[in-house]
Amino acid sequence: MQIREPYFSKVFKPVVFVLALLPLALLGWGVWQDTLGANPIETITRSLGEWTLRFLLLTLLLSTLRRATGWVQGIRLRRMLGLFAFFYGVLHLLSYLWLDQFFDWAEIWYDIVERPFITVGMLAFVLMTPLALTSFKAAIRKLGRNWQGLHTLIYPLTALGVLHFWWLADSKARTDMPLIYTVLLAVLLGERLWRWSVPRFSKIPVTH
Amino acid sequence: MLIKRPFDLTDNDVTDYALYQRRRDFLKTLGGMALLGAGGLPLLAQAKSPFSITDEPTPYEDIISYNNFIELAQGKTAPAKRADKLRTSPWSVAVDGECAKPGKLSLEDILKQNPTEERIYSLRCVEGWSMVIPWLGFPLADLLKRFEPTSKAKFVRFETLYDPEQMPGQKDRSYDWPYVEGLRIDEAMHPLTLMATGLYGKNLPGQNGAPLRLVVPWKYGFKSAKSIVRISFVEQMPTSLWMATVPDEYGFYANVNPEVSHPRWSQRKERRIGEFRKRDTLMFNGYADQVASLYSSMDLRENF
Repeated sequence: MQIREPYFSKVFKPVVFVLALLPLALLGWGVWQDTLGANPIETITRSLGEWTLRFLLLTLLLSTLRRATGWVQGIRLRRMLGLFAFFYGVLHLLSYLWLDQFFDWAEIWYDIVERPFITVGMLAFVLMTPLALTSFKAAIRKLGRNWQGLHTLIYPLTALGVLHFWWLADSKARTDMPLIYTVLLAVLLGERLWRWSVPRFSKIPVTH
Repeated sequence: MLIKRPFDLTDNDVTDYALYQRRRDFLKTLGGMALLGAGGLPLLAQAKSPFSITDEPTPYEDIISYNNFIELAQGKTAPAKRADKLRTSPWSVAVDGECAKPGKLSLEDILKQNPTEERIYSLRCVEGWSMVIPWLGFPLADLLKRFEPTSKAKFVRFETLYDPEQMPGQKDRSYDWPYVEGLRIDEAMHPLTLMATGLYGKNLPGQNGAPLRLVVPWKYGFKSAKSIVRISFVEQMPTSLWMATVPDEYGFYANVNPEVSHPRWSQRKERRIGEFRKRDTLMFNGYADQVASLYSSMDLRENF
């Protein structure tokens, strides 16, 4: 698959950008129309968290897609989707700090220390931050070879995100979605592990 | 519902929500007048149960659309969508165990013998949210006493209907169905403990536990078994479904207690549905004066 220039950069990429903003727009519409249910704050926080995870998995999917289908162009969407993951992660954290806890720092600290799912979620966010901050051309140039090393952090942080979701849900809520994300993550990481351990089968060198 | 049963039509059934609200406004006005002169007082006293709290009730739509009822479906909004599968007529409740007169009562008999009253209670969920619900119901003690529990009856065990066709959530085999909950006999006999048959003057919707559900206002919501088909007087403490599923998270007593944390939810604060800021959670959900003595000799950290 190959989308001809300039359609890729002039049409396809902007369309993906707008689509990526759609979840936020729908939440905004839901707040406006009051359709987010009896507990809108819970709906907003959960939805933003799930979209963070979805964008992280989408970001990981692009390199796998390239290796599986030879669609090289997808890599040109990777930074954008990765930054959207961070964008939704920031909003998710903000909705927790502001809407849920109303900046009650004592409660928040207590949550981080006492509740494993919050600890893991916070850790995932902390790991995501340097990736977002070094996603610009100048940073890539400055970091050189280290950039790739730093950005392998996306593997553990996505795994922490999935764990965060599992521990929140546990047995008192839906477990079908955490299971789906776990399977997706296992496929995406499994593919990388496979390419890495059996390099001779891969025609295209391994990248992240 | 296709067939209207005459027995469950009470005066309250024809009160719609708007009218209900107007009645409350009217009562509030009366209350104001009562402060000026004693004229309105007798009417006011008639309309309110002394057990009711005076907080503004949560909107009806929120109460019937935000439910934990995993027997119907997982998630908050799904139970309401599955509730039409639940057939609440005919319905009967078997009462057995340590009592002199075990037996089976039809819903009609129960409703005939137990006139309902309105009780406005706050419902605190272990997940950290709360609602104010105007229940219709009768004291559970009135029902239990008829079966003449013996001195061996130390606990009361409640069982929810088990029928995966009517309750699709029960097809999930990761739980040990049926849903079981329990109370100590003195908790069950406490005047605050209610057997609810309705809310907002209407019949109880399926997702809220139709046709009969327990309401124990000083305990977390999950203690209130829904769609009850069996009540047993037992000597040993029953193991609830949640105790069996996640023993480190759910104990038998489950008293609302801001001091005892849950692994996933702090219990110090709660968000009342419809409110933006959280409010402090009160010991025993605000009923400490009435129920604290039941637990005076217990360590509630141990017996969570």
